[in-house]
Amino acid sequence: MSSHRLAPLAVLAVVAALLPLALTNNFLLNIAIVAGFNAIVCVGLNLLIGFAGQISLGHAGFFGLGAYASAVLVSTYGWPPLAALLAGAVAVGLLAFAVAKPILRLKGHYLAMATLGIGIIISIVLKTETKITGGPDGMPVDSFAVLGFQAYGEKVWYWIVAGLLLVAVWAALNLIDSPAGRALRAVHGAEVAAETLGVDTAGYKVMVFVLSAVMASITGSLSAHYLGFITPSASDFFRSIELVTMVVFGGMASTFGAVVGAVVLTVLPQLLTAFQDYEAMVLGAILMLTMVFMPKGLVPTLSALIAPRRRV
Amino acid sequence: MKPAKFLAPSPQPLSREGRGALSGDAITMGADFLQFLVSGITVGAIYALAGLGFAIIYNASTVINFAQGEFIMIGGMSASTLTAAGVPLPLAILAGCAVAMLGGVLLAKFAIEKARNASVVTLIIITIGASIFLRGLAEVVWGKEFHQLASFSGDTPILLLGAAILPQSLWVVGVALVLILVIGFFFTRTLAGKAMLATSYNRLAAQLVGVNVRKVVLAAFALSAALGAVGGAVVTPITFSSSEMGIMLGLKGFTAAVLGGLGNGLGAVVGGLIVGIAEALSAGYLSSAYKDAVAFVIILLVLVFMPNGLFGKRGTERV
Repeated sequence: MSSHRLAPLAVLAVVAALLPLALTNNFLLNIAIVAGFNAIVCVGLNLLIGFAGQISLGHAGFFGLGAYASAVLVSTYGWPPLAALLAGAVAVGLLAFAVAKPILRLKGHYLAMATLGIGIIISIVLKTETKITGGPDGMPVDSFAVLGFQAYGEKVWYWIVAGLLLVAVWAALNLIDSPAGRALRAVHGAEVAAETLGVDTAGYKVMVFVLSAVMASITGSLSAHYLGFITPSASDFFRSIELVTMVVFGGMASTFGAVVGAVVLTVLPQLLTAFQDYEAMVLGAILMLTMVFMPKGLVPTLSALIAPRRRV
Repeated sequence: MKPAKFLAPSPQPLSREGRGALSGDAITMGADFLQFLVSGITVGAIYALAGLGFAIIYNASTVINFAQGEFIMIGGMSASTLTAAGVPLPLAILAGCAVAMLGGVLLAKFAIEKARNASVVTLIIITIGASIFLRGLAEVVWGKEFHQLASFSGDTPILLLGAAILPQSLWVVGVALVLILVIGFFFTRTLAGKAMLATSYNRLAAQLVGVNVRKVVLAAFALSAALGAVGGAVVTPITFSSSEMGIMLGLKGFTAAVLGGLGNGLGAVVGGLIVGIAEALSAGYLSSAYKDAVAFVIILLVLVFMPNGLFGKRGTERV
């Protein structure tokens, strides 16, 4: 990995290591953990949206499936949490693989519609199959334990999430710098040109779709264990939109943008509660203004201001 | 604590479209079917109007306006709250239209126009921001509760071959039909309409022959907003109105527009009716819980075999 990508990763690691000094109570730690979970999903989703140029308005569905796989297999059937997490990830991977081929042939808004549909169908199934999922009321999830180690409390979870986020960012940066990453960017830039040069565009699109879905599923499993309770709203349309918004807000095609977007849009609603009734209006206005004046998102726009020629 | 949610989700308000159904014993299977068909056409008419709104804006600007549902909401809320305050119904509907059109024009002028060269996803997020803003505004102005609106000509059902048809259903279908015909006339017979159509075929060429394409975009947003607002007003006696009524209606409108083939107005209308009828039939015969999923199953199946919708132009990719 080239050094200009390594430096921000080091910065991210230092920030993650020092942050607990500032997060003095569980409320703040909790926000950081939720932001971290969102960031991991967004790093994966950004590979799809930002690098491969394929939109998905349904990723919360995969997140929800992972979460419910853990909830049901562990709490109802007594599986070990790690096995449930892996089973969920494999199932979501297979599902994503099965739908990817026909869906990723679609372009632009048609792809948006198809992914939106998949997400909504998953969410409705989770809401309706009350016998298995507990329906709209949700269901409790046992805590995460592996080899006698039990993940419990905000402090422990903070380090788990921080570690996973760093791994996800590192892996994403590596992927982008690899031949596969170059192929992906070629698919985004000029799909037909890439195809004529012998790039298996369909294959790469499917690969990154499955990868991002599996990342969402694993994060869903872990966050279900962390929260101890899961409802179908974790998988609904709003969550999907929220995830895409985080990616675009932070900056498409920027791994750190995805992290920044996830953190900002997780923290922002907490700050906006000060506006009380006007909260939604202020949030909507911020989203619109940011996208109108920084259409490329926060991180690419700001980093272009600081270092005009370098790409982050 | 739950994960931070900034899009204010909450359970979908349930529509009361099944209200007219009679109890099972008294009616035959044919009457059952007719009953479901009527309620399907009623909802379908609203989806058709919403879908037409998506198509008009898409044609003028290639933007998918996720705030389309909020125009419906504004129409419904204005009609119900203004009539409750003593304003005559026609005036209340017109006021709702005016408010929605103002919202649409402001959105087009200050957000969409400024971000013209942004990517598809960025434009989607802008319209989503607009819909969150409008929903928030509606909650501040009208509150979060449901609002009622009296049916336009009473609640006595009309019996037809064993099915009970609400007079309001006829209003919904009739108004939608008139609006669709007016829009059709506008696009095929008037200069302004033809200019808008020309812009959708070829923006640059339209500009070269003197069409003010900026005004076309503004007009498209105003027109879609008005369509949505009227639709919201006529459907409110059946479904009630709330600040969140636009969410699902907007999504179904998008489904209708994509099903018919993006940018095809007639396609959107047909798409809306297909979605509405399929929903009502599956709610009646299969499961009401999966009613909302039907639209999305249909759209997925259609897109797998017809990637440009039922009546969409087959696109060739320019390199």
